[in-house]
This record gives sequence, structure tokens and C-alpha cells, in this order.
Amino acid sequence: MFKILEPNKIFSITSKATKYIFFLFIVVLCIGLVEALFLSPEDYIQSHSVRIMYVHVPSAWTSIGIFLLIALLSIISFIFKNKNFSIIAKSLAPSGFVFNIVALVTGSIWGKPTWGTWWAWDARITSMLILLLFYSMYILAWRIFSEKENAVKITSIIAILGLINVPIIKFSVDWWSTLHQSSSVNILSESSIHPSMLLPLLIMTAAFSLFSLLIFLMKYNTELIKIKNKGLNRL
Amino acid sequence: MINEVIFMKGYGLYVWSAFSFTLISFASLYMLIKINLVKEQNKFAAKFGLLSKEKVKVAKIQSTNREILVNRISSKI
Repeated sequence: MFKILEPNKIFSITSKATKYIFFLFIVVLCIGLVEALFLSPEDYIQSHSVRIMYVHVPSAWTSIGIFLLIALLSIISFIFKNKNFSIIAKSLAPSGFVFNIVALVTGSIWGKPTWGTWWAWDARITSMLILLLFYSMYILAWRIFSEKENAVKITSIIAILGLINVPIIKFSVDWWSTLHQSSSVNILSESSIHPSMLLPLLIMTAAFSLFSLLIFLMKYNTELIKIKNKGLNRL
Repeated sequence: MINEVIFMKGYGLYVWSAFSFTLISFASLYMLIKINLVKEQNKFAAKFGLLSKEKVKVAKIQSTNREILVNRISSKI
């Protein structure tokens, strides 16, 4: 069923794709930075501090998206006992973890001029911190459990448990009265953000997605070479 | 004009530090992953070099093994 995703078959693609993805990432990031820092307008209330949104929001979106993907792959790997899915999930974790840290730190920097505080135990911020804990546990579990079977089981359980936190992050601003503003960009309903601000936000999201793809491909290649290294021992 | 870009009506410190932190995090993660990849490629090439002629023939049948060796050379360039 999943023969098309066999490591040997996709290695030739993943090993060659990195340089093209890197080039594309640099181009999109440069356009995004110019738009975000110089061309987009300042906000009538938040003034120039609104520019932090162009790194804060895409990193939050990407980290949540990557965790969703990890959880989905873990479920598939758990049900179908497919090891390649667990390698893909493992390779996604580092970029998701870093994006989560970036979202929390840039959110904290944005919080100081807008709310007057670096940190608040607000529902959205706390649930993002819990996501970071799940990411930390997931990465640590891969390091701690040397036996592959155990590592796959434990990391899958962590990812599936962490999945419960994802809708909490999304709806925290609606369920509780929070300092954090509700979402301005909606897929199903009309967005309240002006197109002049939406454009740099989408370009930066594209750049961050490309970066996570680049890191994923490099990490995936590293994992495959590790497996091949063990294979040479068995020759 | 330049002053407005740097100071951003008093918000410059916040904006520039948020963007700097993001870009430094990206660069650090990229370097870390790249170092690990090159380390594993070198380890693979060193092990491959120690194989006997017969084992090299067997190992080279697999396209992935050939790809790793080729990519190691190209990543050094």
C-alpha cells in the first residue's frame, strides 16, 4: 500500500531536492522580509510593533501544522506498523520544535509593547507552551529509547496525546476570555485583516514552510544514511 | 527615512529583536542539521572504504548507497 514511500525509492529525490528548496527559500524569505519590514503599512493602534506578527503568526501556524502531521503519521505508523512513517515523523520534529520556540519568544517580545508584559498565563500562550513540552518529550523519547520498537511506540503515544492540545490552542481564544486576540485570518469565514498585511503574512508563511521542508529533507536524509551505515555492518 | 526604518517610532528594538531571533534560530537549526548530515555521510564513506572488493560490489547494487557517496562529494564542493 505504501510501497511508493519506500526510503530507497524516495532517497534520490530527497537528496537532490535540498539545494533547490534552499534557493527557493532564500528568494521567498527575502521578498517576505522586504514586504514585512518596509512595504507593509503600520497599524493604526499598534503602530510598527505589528510587524512582529509577520514572524510570530507564521511560526505558530507552522509549528501547529507540523505537530498535526507528526500525530497523523504516528497514527498511521501505529496502525500499519510502517517504519518509514515513523522516520518521516521523527524528521519533522526539529523544525516544529524551533518554530514553537520562535512563536513563544516573538510573542513575548510583541506582548511587552502591546500588553505591557513579557508573559501572561493566558490560555493561548499556555497551550502553546504545553505544545512545546510535547515536542520536547517527543524528541527526547527518540534519544532516550535506543530500541527502535520501543521508541516508535512511546513517540507515537506522545504525539497522539499531544493531538488533544491542538484544538485547545485553536479555540482557546474563543472558549476563554484571554489577553490574546482572536484570529484575524479565517479560511471558512471572512478575514478581518487588510490585504496589505495579509500579503506579507502569506509570503512569510510560504518562506517558513519551505524552511521546514528543507530541514525535514536534510534530517530525513541523515536518518536514512544512519540506517544504511548499520546495513554496511551487516554485509 | 533611515531613522524611521531603524527606530520605528520607538518600536524598533522590539521589531528588530524579534526578526533577529527568528533568523538566528533558523541559521542555528540549519547548521546543526547540516553538520549531522555531513558527519553521517563521512561515517558512511569511511565504512565503505574499509569494505572488501566483493562487499563493495554487493553494496553498490543498491542505488541509495551510490547516491550517498555521490552526494557526499557534491556537498563538499
